[in-house]
This record gives sequence, C-alpha cells and structure tokens, in this order.
Amino acid sequence: MWRYFLPAAAFIALGGLFAFALVRIGQGSLDIREIKSPLLGKPAPGFRLPTLAEPGRVVASSAFAGRPYLVNVWGTWCAECRAEHSALLAIGRTSGLPIVGLDWKDDRQEAIAYLRELGNPYAETLSDNDGRTAIDWGVYGAPETFLVSADGHVLEKHIGALSLAIWQKKFAPRLAGGGAP
Amino acid sequence: MIPEIGTLALIIALLLALAQTVFGLAGAQLNRPSWIAATTPAVAGVWVFVTVAFVALAYSLATHDFSVTYVATNSNSELPLLYRIAATWGAHEGSLLLWIELLATWALLVAALSGQLPVAFRARVLGVLGLVGVGFLAFTLFTSSPFARLSPAAIEGADLNPLLQDPALAAHPPMLYMGYVGTSVAFAFAVAAMLSGRLDAQWARWTRPWVVAAWMSLTIGIALGSWWAYYVLGWGGWWFWDPVENASFMPWLAATALLHSLAVTEKRGLFKSWTLLLAIFAFSLSLLGTFLVRSGVLVSVHAFASDPSRGMFILALLLFFIVGSLTLYAVRAPGLKSEGGFELVSREAFLLLNNALLVTAALLILTGELWPLAMDAFDLGKISVGPPYYNAVFLVPGIPLVFLLAIGMHAGWRRGLLSSRRRVLAMLFGGALLLALLLAFGAYRSAGTALTIVAFTAGLFVMGSALIEPVEAWRRGQKLPRAAIGMAIAHFGVGVWILGVTGVVSYKVEKDVSLAPGESTTIAGYTFKYLGTKPVSGPNYEAIEARVVISEGDRVIAELPTQKRVYRVQKNPMTHAGISVAWNRDLFVALGDDLGGGKWSMRLQYKPLVRYIWLGAVIMACGGLVAILDRRYRVRRTADAAVADGAAAAEAG
Amino acid sequence: MKRVALALWLVLAAVGARAIDTEAAFPDAERQGRYERWIHELRCVQCQNAAIADSPVGLASDLRRQVREMIAAGQSDAAIKAFMVERYGDFVLYDPPLTARTYALWAAPAVLMLLALGVAVRVIVRRSKATIDSDPEDAA
Repeated sequence: MWRYFLPAAAFIALGGLFAFALVRIGQGSLDIREIKSPLLGKPAPGFRLPTLAEPGRVVASSAFAGRPYLVNVWGTWCAECRAEHSALLAIGRTSGLPIVGLDWKDDRQEAIAYLRELGNPYAETLSDNDGRTAIDWGVYGAPETFLVSADGHVLEKHIGALSLAIWQKKFAPRLAGGGAP
Repeated sequence: MIPEIGTLALIIALLLALAQTVFGLAGAQLNRPSWIAATTPAVAGVWVFVTVAFVALAYSLATHDFSVTYVATNSNSELPLLYRIAATWGAHEGSLLLWIELLATWALLVAALSGQLPVAFRARVLGVLGLVGVGFLAFTLFTSSPFARLSPAAIEGADLNPLLQDPALAAHPPMLYMGYVGTSVAFAFAVAAMLSGRLDAQWARWTRPWVVAAWMSLTIGIALGSWWAYYVLGWGGWWFWDPVENASFMPWLAATALLHSLAVTEKRGLFKSWTLLLAIFAFSLSLLGTFLVRSGVLVSVHAFASDPSRGMFILALLLFFIVGSLTLYAVRAPGLKSEGGFELVSREAFLLLNNALLVTAALLILTGELWPLAMDAFDLGKISVGPPYYNAVFLVPGIPLVFLLAIGMHAGWRRGLLSSRRRVLAMLFGGALLLALLLAFGAYRSAGTALTIVAFTAGLFVMGSALIEPVEAWRRGQKLPRAAIGMAIAHFGVGVWILGVTGVVSYKVEKDVSLAPGESTTIAGYTFKYLGTKPVSGPNYEAIEARVVISEGDRVIAELPTQKRVYRVQKNPMTHAGISVAWNRDLFVALGDDLGGGKWSMRLQYKPLVRYIWLGAVIMACGGLVAILDRRYRVRRTADAAVADGAAAAEAG
Repeated sequence: MKRVALALWLVLAAVGARAIDTEAAFPDAERQGRYERWIHELRCVQCQNAAIADSPVGLASDLRRQVREMIAAGQSDAAIKAFMVERYGDFVLYDPPLTARTYALWAAPAVLMLLALGVAVRVIVRRSKATIDSDPEDAA
C-alpha cells in the first residue's frame, strides 16, 4: 500500500528543502535578507544631484559616461559603512575607477566631517537628501555598491559592507569580462 | 553557583528522560512490569529537575546575575520584577526551557490522570513523551544553554526588548507553548496506539480530553498574541499573517480538525487511520513552527535570533519524530479496518468535510509560507506572500466551512439531518440574513466589502444554530451532557469571532492627522480633541504623554492618555496607544512624531466590534473547558478499560 | 552572530514606533482609498516584514511619498506597480504576481480544495453504500 507512505515522503521532501536552504545559508551562498537587484544587466538609472561640498554645483551621471564607475550608497548613520570605508579607499586607489558616493538621507555637516576624518574615497560625493535617487537605484539599506559599465549598464551590485575579498570575487571578474551577469 | 545548578539539573533531567523513554517503550514492548512501574517516577523526576532549572533561570534574572549571558542580554537592573520573571521566556534559550518545562508538566499530568488506561499503553505514551523530552533537552544543552556564563560579567544588562514588557505578552508564550506542546500528548497517544496495535473507540476517548486541553491553550495563546499585537505594536492590526503567527495558527487548525475526527472515531470507530494521521500532523506543525521561528530560514518581525547550526539540530529532531512516526503509520495504517457506514447526509459526512476544509486551510498557509522560501533556495527569485494572498485564499475553505458547521451540528450520526431541525434552520438562516442586512445598512450604513453581508450572515447563523440544541433541551426540561453544552458554546464563539472580524474589516476607519494643542478632528462621528503633551517617566522609560479627549456630539466619552515611550537602555521609541473600549467599538489613538510647536502627528482609529474577535476566542476556549469536564472522561477505571487491560496483558504475554 | 543580533535589534527597533503620515489625506475617497491600499500592499524592503504603511524607517516614508505623488499625478495602478517592481523586484509586492513561478502558489487553493473535497466525497459515497449497522448507543 504505497499511498500510506505518501505523508512520510512529503515530509522527507520538505526536510530536504529545509536542509538545502540551511546548508546554503551556512555556506553564505544564500542570504535570506538579500534582495537581488532587478537592475542587473539593465541600463543604470542615472542621477542628477548637488554635491556634498558645494550644494550649488549639480553633477549628473552623464559626466561619467564612457568609462566604468562605481556608485556607493552610504550615510554617517550607517555602522556598516564605517566598516567598509578602508576597503573603499583601497579599491579607489588600486582599481583606478571613479567612485561616486551617494550620501543618503544624511546630515551635511556630519557627512563632511566624516569624510575629513576617515579620508575621501569618492571622485564625487552627492547628497541625496530626499532619497529619490536611492529609490531609482532600488536601494534598501546602506551600504550598497553598484558597478556601472562604460556603456551605462549595471554590471554588479553588492549589499552590505564591501571588502577587498568581495571586490576580487564579485567585481574584478566583471571588469575583466565586461559582460552582464 | 545557581546557574551551574541549573545546568546540572538539565543534565539529570536528560538522563531521567532517557530512562523514562527506555522504561516506557521497552518495558511495554518486552512486558517487564518492573520497568513499566519505573516510568512514573522517571516522569516525576524529569519534572522536578526541569523545574529546578527553570526556577534557577528565573532566580538568576530576578537577582540580576549579569554573569549569565542570557540575563545580561535580556534583563536590566531597572527592569520591574514581573518582566524579569517574564524574561525567563523572553528569548530563544529561555523560551526553549519553557517549552521543556511545559512538556514535563504535560507528561506529569498524563501520568497522574491516566490511571484508567491499561498500564502498558500508559507506559508507551509516557515513553514517547520522554523521547520528545530527550530531543529537546539535548537541543537545549548542546546548542542553546540558557546558563552559559559571560566572562567577564557584564556590569549592566542590555534589557528585555521593550516590546515584550507588557502583561499580555508575559502571559502569551506560556499559554501558546502549553498548546504547542500539548499536541505532543496527542502524538504520544497516537504513537503508543500504533506500537501496541490497539486503535479503537476507546483510544479516541482517552485521547480526546488531552486534545481539547491543548486546543484550548492554543486558542487562548493565539488570542493573547493577537491582542498584544493590537495594542502594543500600536498599529491597531490584530493579525498580520506573519510567519510566526502562522506557525501557531497551522497547529490550531490541525488540532481543531483532530478534535472533530476524534469525535467520529470515538462515536463510530471510523476514520481511524485519518485520525492517527491528524494527530501526527498537528504535532508536526507545532515542531515545524518551532523550526521556522528558530532556524533563521524565515524573516519575521518576531523571529528569534538564530543561526543555521541550531536550525540543523531542530531539523534533525523534526525529521526523526515526523518521518519516524509517519513510517510507523505507513506500516500500521493498512491493517486498520473500519466497519460501518453512514448516509450521504449525516454527522459523519459533515465532520469529514469539516476535516477536509480545515486541513486545506492549514496546507494553504503552509504553501504561502514555504513557496517564497523554496523559490529563494533554488535561486528562482524572491517574492513576498503577504496579507493580500492569505486573506484571499483563506476564504476559499473558510466560508463553506462556516455554513457547513451551522447545518452539520444538527445532523444525526449515521443518517439524516434531524428532520425536526430543518424548519428551525431555514428560519434561522432567514433571520440571520435579515439581521445581517439590518446590521450593515442600519448600524453602519453601508454594504461594506463584497463579503460583508455573507460573513455577517454566516456568523449570526452559526451563533443561532449553536443555541438550538441547548434551547430545545431547556424547553423540554432535559439536561444536556456537558460535552454537548461545550460544543454549543465553542461553536457560538466561532460565530462571535466572525462577527468581530467582519465588523472591523468592513467598517474600520483610520486617519493620520497632525494636530496642534486645542485642535480636533472627527472620524466616524467621534470628535478627537488634542489637549497637549507632558513628559512622564516610568520605572525604566521616559515618555511623552498626550491627552486626547473624545466626544460624541456634546457628550465627552473618554479622555485618553497616550504615550510615546523611550526605554532608557535600548533607546527605541515605543508607542503606547490610548484605547477607549465600549461594547460595540474601540477608539484608538497612537502618537507619532513631534512636529514642533506642540504639534504632533497621530493616528486615530475607529474599530467597530473588534473586541468580539478576542471574546469569540475566549468563548471557544470556555466551550472546550466545559466539554473536558464531561462525565465520561472522568470515569475512573471503567469496566471496559479493565477488560481492555486484561486483553492487552494477554496479548503481550 | 553579533551581526544577526544587531540586525534583529534594528528590525525590532523599527517595529516599536508607528509610522504616521503627516501629509494631508487626499480630498476624495477614491484616491485616498487607492493610496491606503498601495501602502499596505508594498513591502518595506528595508525592514523585511512590514508594509510601508506600518514602518517608521526613512525608506518607507520615502516610498509612501512616492506613491502619494504618483496618485496625485494621476498615474494608474499599473504604473505604480511597474515603478516599484523595476526598482525592487517582485519582492516589494505583498500580493505575489502571477508568473510561471507562482502558478502553483496561486493554483494551490483550487487544487487543494478539489483534492480534499474529492477524497472526502469519495469516502462519504463509499461509506453510504456500506451497511449501516444499528448500534444501540445511537444517542445523537
């Protein structure tokens, strides 16, 4: 009477699913909090924002067209941002890519002091006070880092603190291959 | 010293639980009377030592022993005593200890109150409960000890999460866990029955009161949680379909189905294998809930901090118990023959449909909960399954269930709808529909949502239908058995609950406003006037208290103090809503932000009939209580139990 | 572990206080109704399990403002949905969209109901053909 074994089989299947998910979470290959960006491989949303240092000067994404660049979302209120700051400085130095800093919903004076204290990795630091640009980029928590290709497509996105290891693993191959994921 | 005593007590309890398992299961299997006799003392021993551990943790919290990690992370020297005690089950490790304490308590109760069971059967039941205890004690000791020391000791504790500093929430986990863990008794009876091969009406009679008791606790526990969410979260919502809420609702649905199928098995000796399966299913869903909440595979507002290694341990436990018992089921069930039939329209048929619908509801919630997890695990994308999905799909089995319930109560066993009731039911239905229309258009002046009239009718129909039998008996001067009265009360509660849900879903009014002192605004005919704020301070928090006066026409009906608290340690702001309660509605004020110049944003809500949601749940639980006191469960060693005992002894020997 | 605890703390911290709109409501019930429905059906992606209506975090209020502005500008529900999904993916919708990957999810109510009722009805019909024994204990 095979049908009497159905309930047991169903639970074994369920257990398999759970075990699979747990193993992947344990390995770090599945993060239930991470939301994969729908922008990957699509044209980057662009921006047009005042700079942090001189609010009168507006910088648009067109200024970076024609070469790859990074967009890094941060804020002085974000603890993880502080944790990734040194990695960001190193990446800026070694990769030669311009990094656009998107200072998200932040206090201007505190942000200026923060960069003065920790060093400024950004080619341009832009203030997104009302959070509209962040919404366009699908940002849901700082820090987030986007790699935009020379032809203006989003190649890669990292959510959470960046490190050199993550840079080597996730971003460097994209730069070499250039292809969309 | 005290924490080490706690750890030691847990280790002894684990060993005793092992003894309970071996003596109970092996004793019954090998027919060793001395082993069987040793089971009961082992059960008592487990209870004593688990209780020692539990008290040790409560004591460490009460005396601010911040050298214990659990105390340092979940308490603070400013925390009032009540919440220091409640902190015992305020986080993962402690709540697991509560789980075990309640399991030991259920086992003790089974040992004490099951004198009428055949000794071998009773030993098996206790043995299975012992095995469950072994699993959870091992889980606690190996992965989640509440007594782990912190070196160096903390000077001050990080405080109990302010959300949990509330009387309803202090009581919610014990009630809920009592229900969760109570399903293990039904499970133990089922496994014992499969092991011994005796599965009959008698078995169902023994199991039933335990299932009712667990179901009652679960009902009250869920209602307390819902009530807490209503006024503590400050959102005025009473159910969010959050994974943690679902984790308690699924076992409730399964336990409700089990109650009803046990009735058929007891009365008619039918649906035996289905009843067994449901007993396993109810316990499985409890374990599954425990797993989902503690393993870190789901994101929820209430989930415990968790890590995958713990998840693996619970998963292993879960699979051991569920797959083990289901395999036993697969071996035993084909041999179970049910004799006897019933007509197309009969109590049995209605109860079977009830079971089909309740199980469907539980499986739908499970689907909604697990589908996004499966998609995520296989990299198929991330989706959210939220209230819009659950609200819609729950109605699919829900609405027919309620109408079938109203009619099914009056179907006789074996054959036919009781002919005398047909006319009454038809009249009741007409009356309910009329009253529903009157309620909607008279009291609330609108048809509400598409289902408002249907749902009001259903609620009123069930309430009326539940009263038919008691009223008839009263008019004839007959006395109904307690079980029948209990059933009527519980079903009446279902109707009350439906009225509450329908009222609040269809006619609630919510409005966000920004008011300066002296300004007022009106919703649903009630005028809310904001007078101003003042600072107040509590034992471990500072707060801003706003005073809002509510009037209806010229009459002042309530003056509500409503607070926004900042707890001194954890610093997070908490809304403490001001609520004015009346028999037909709640008025709800929650404070938002200081907009400067004395102006504050606030949310005003009108919640018609919302109290009936919890009242309905309490009535349901009362019905269970009355039913449990029925004479036939209290008869000590009845003649047929003695005969059964003899038969079992003969079979074993 | 510490990070998990921190994340949890952040989530819970976000839960304690209510999000309350300080903007005036729409003058007409139709647009206010649409606004309220949307803010309850969009998930606050930052706080993991709450609607943007219920979350006090900054992103939730920005998204509420976005919805409000789109409705005020006369944009359709489809446009609002497309706007959100383009940026945050299907995850942002509490009402999961019907796609090849969610057919089973949305078919579940019908399939499970039919299955359960089918089995129940089969059993009932089979039993109704069995002999009905007359047990003296016929009390109901």
